[in-house]
Amino acid sequence: MNARSFHPLALIAELTHRCPLHCVYCSNPLELARREVELPTDTWVRVLREAAELGVMQADFTGGEPLARPDLVEIIRAARGAGLYASLITSGIPLDEKRFEEIVGAGLDHLQLSFQGAEEESASEYSGTRTHAQKLRVAGCVKRYRIALTLNFVMHRGNLGQLEEMIALAEEIGPQRVEFAHVQYYGWAFANRPRLLPTRMQLDRSLATLKKAEERLRGRIRVEYVLPDYYSKFPKACMGGWGRKVMLVTPRGDAMPCHAANVIPGMKFENVQTQSLRRIWDNSPAFQKFRGEDWMPEPCRSCDRRAQDFGGCRCQAFLMAKDAAATDPVCSLSPHRGFVDSIILEEGREISREIKTPAMPPSKVEWFYRPNPA
Amino acid sequence: MAPTVLPDPEKRPRLAPGCRLAENAQQPRALQMPERVLQLNGPSLEIVQRCDGKHTVREIILDLQQIYTKTDPLKVEQDILEYLTLLQEQRALDFE
Repeated sequence: MNARSFHPLALIAELTHRCPLHCVYCSNPLELARREVELPTDTWVRVLREAAELGVMQADFTGGEPLARPDLVEIIRAARGAGLYASLITSGIPLDEKRFEEIVGAGLDHLQLSFQGAEEESASEYSGTRTHAQKLRVAGCVKRYRIALTLNFVMHRGNLGQLEEMIALAEEIGPQRVEFAHVQYYGWAFANRPRLLPTRMQLDRSLATLKKAEERLRGRIRVEYVLPDYYSKFPKACMGGWGRKVMLVTPRGDAMPCHAANVIPGMKFENVQTQSLRRIWDNSPAFQKFRGEDWMPEPCRSCDRRAQDFGGCRCQAFLMAKDAAATDPVCSLSPHRGFVDSIILEEGREISREIKTPAMPPSKVEWFYRPNPA
Repeated sequence: MAPTVLPDPEKRPRLAPGCRLAENAQQPRALQMPERVLQLNGPSLEIVQRCDGKHTVREIILDLQQIYTKTDPLKVEQDILEYLTLLQEQRALDFE
């Protein structure tokens, strides 16, 4: 398939892996980049300009915690200067009003603030820090400026029971948009999966609650949700298809088709320090590897849904079936669906074990906390 | 399903914070908002350009009826109300 028939619409700029939070479901890779290998300001400025020339419309600044970059204001200004829509995905730590004013002044369009729970105690357990109160202060501050605010609640088995309280908190804060995004099982979440995956009944109940909230808040707050795909009948259209719509650049400058692509063995990623974004998008073997439909195995190859879900997620195929070119194992048509069902069954046993020891306080749970790289 | 609320003809729609026309010359005529892009055709661009907090819904309808003289004015009115409702459900508009 000709690369020219695909145009990237979004650039995900992972400015740093440094982060004051230690979330047990962080989407960053297990091997985190250190500060000294991070791209310098001028390289990001060039990358943003090249992205706009490629037709990219929005830059999502994420990390790690992008606020850890002292040059964030300059980078956001460069994004707007290039004609991009600038989104900041942040924990809000550390952020005071003075710096926030500078960020808004640089042209930020949208801020997405992450929440780990509806209250401090459980949020602290999952983020490994006490930051809930600061997040509430940041939300209050953002509301005083003319930029869009999204609240993003990261959902999993441990906090699905707080969904009603989270919805109430969102109503109280009053953002334009709220997202209840279930943890996706890559990176740190994959390592902590046995304690994060919800049960089917839990999920069904939460979905009913979310649909009611969506109706009730229509026209006031846009409610969106992402469900864990382990319970789906068909896979998600991961990244809108490999190398079709999105480009991600890591803190050290590797250009990847998605957050997790480096789990696939043998993938080589070009670096923005040595090649232009256009050249990487059009020619790099990594972006071409699963682009289009030529790579597809059965049952995808002859499936009517192949133009909707593009075969699902390549990283998940590798993580479960040990074959990145297999149909996403969550698909009910996949010959590997048994892997997913056996994981769900195993998690069920884990839950039974937890329930047998109710005396165990939550803080004794052994999480793999994500460290903060130097 | 909650009933749809049509916009009040005397209210002045204004693009909500973080919702604006695209500035990338490669992608003209698009409305950008958090995690979403709406491609605009001729009439929808005419509507969005008037969502500036100055024009009332009624004025937008009268303006577009003047521009699209070949279209039945009732249809122009209906299309505008539907489009404004859609934008409101995306939280792309505030009404002042």
